[in-house]
Amino acid sequence: MEQFFFHTVAGLVVLTVLECLAILVPLLMAVAYLVYGERKVLGAIQLRKGPNTVGPFGLFQTFADAIKMLTKETVIPSGANRALYLLAPFLTFVLAMIAWAVIPTNNGWAIANINVGVLYLFAVSSLGVYGILIAGWASNSKYAFLGGLRSAAQMVSYEVSLGLVIVSILLVVGSLNLNDIILAQRHVWFCLPMLPMFVIFFISALAETNRAPFDLPEGESELVAGFFVEYSSLAFGLFFLGEYMNMILMSAMTSILFLGGWLAPFNIAPFTWVPGPIWLILKILFVLFMFIWVRATFPRYRYDQLMRLGWKVFLPFSLVWMVLTAGFLMATGMLPVGSANGVG
Amino acid sequence: MALSPRVATPSSEFRHTMQNLLSAYFPIAVFIVIAAGVSAAMLGGSLLAGRQKPYAEKNSAYECGFDAFDDARRRFDVRFYLVAILFIIFDLEVAFLFPWAISLGRIGLFGFWSMLGFLGVLTVGFIYEWRKGALDWE
Repeated sequence: MEQFFFHTVAGLVVLTVLECLAILVPLLMAVAYLVYGERKVLGAIQLRKGPNTVGPFGLFQTFADAIKMLTKETVIPSGANRALYLLAPFLTFVLAMIAWAVIPTNNGWAIANINVGVLYLFAVSSLGVYGILIAGWASNSKYAFLGGLRSAAQMVSYEVSLGLVIVSILLVVGSLNLNDIILAQRHVWFCLPMLPMFVIFFISALAETNRAPFDLPEGESELVAGFFVEYSSLAFGLFFLGEYMNMILMSAMTSILFLGGWLAPFNIAPFTWVPGPIWLILKILFVLFMFIWVRATFPRYRYDQLMRLGWKVFLPFSLVWMVLTAGFLMATGMLPVGSANGVG
Repeated sequence: MALSPRVATPSSEFRHTMQNLLSAYFPIAVFIVIAAGVSAAMLGGSLLAGRQKPYAEKNSAYECGFDAFDDARRRFDVRFYLVAILFIIFDLEVAFLFPWAISLGRIGLFGFWSMLGFLGVLTVGFIYEWRKGALDWE
């Protein structure tokens, strides 16, 4: 058995496929229950019940919605570029999924524990803009077009400050490997010494995933639904699921970069009994709850305010903080010299 | 002349590194294939499962009940273009910063001040943009 799985090519392929499914299946379930959880939490905050009819406590609501979406007609507008129109949701969903290949769930447990993990995540999340731009363009509808433009401009604006925040983490860690980044937080999680960066990262993550209060691309009152106004059935569903999957991904990134990933909060007995993946899941759930909480609390930003915040507040601030971090590490001689895994 | 396989010639070392790289990235390739399969199955499934009954009215672009006035691909605000250009500049900067941040411990003060010079030039440009109002949306 061991001989087959670890020493033959076919065995390795089977093993990898199983590993991928072990991430993807729970991930899809998590998305289903995130949608349910969001509706329940929003309901509780607004003193209503939320979904409560399908299954006990409405637990099967998302599956009912999914089946309904599956059996709906896929409307392809006559003015649309058919191939691009269908490519856009496909691309969005695939990109939302493949980022998970490098997320470590325990010490060294990642499907691909590559030494440029952060770069991979950054690249994949940057590609997400394409799905939205293609959807906005291919639909050949004015609302979709404007929504796509707005969404793309918003995502790229906040990506710059996300990048600078990540660079200041890298300065402290000295490695692009996600596992090394978590191990560097053994003594103190980065959310404490880098609190301002943590706040910027969280807010940028909201903007990057087009979540409230930055959900302008789909501002119902002005653009109906933004870039996916023409989509129906599971073509729409893929955008929807992709957005929620991106939310979970950004929460996982926040947990890994700032909240110590799979590390226990204190390195003492009762905490270390709980296995790493559980801690990671708890942290992701906490960040996700913040996402939903923010949505229920804050009104939507105006577009000019959004751009001002991104370019005139976050960008200079994160740049200055990054330089200060580098200068501080340089002056105190606390820079990491080599990484655990060795870069390159 | 038979080389013993133990001798590390440059080519065998290179092959070894390549193999390590390939085996590190192979799971990502598998993951992409599976993800693409899942997405395609969902899209195709809904195309098959849903009853397709298109007609001209239904397939026209949505515009609050009006017939679409003209093509949606028209001129748009130049500011979006400006944002795209600014994004390229700053994202490139971030791309430069990644390797610098990793190796700062090894390149020392010289590396530090070189990057600071680069950032200084960029900051001057940024201040210029700000003054010119390229970042204003009213």
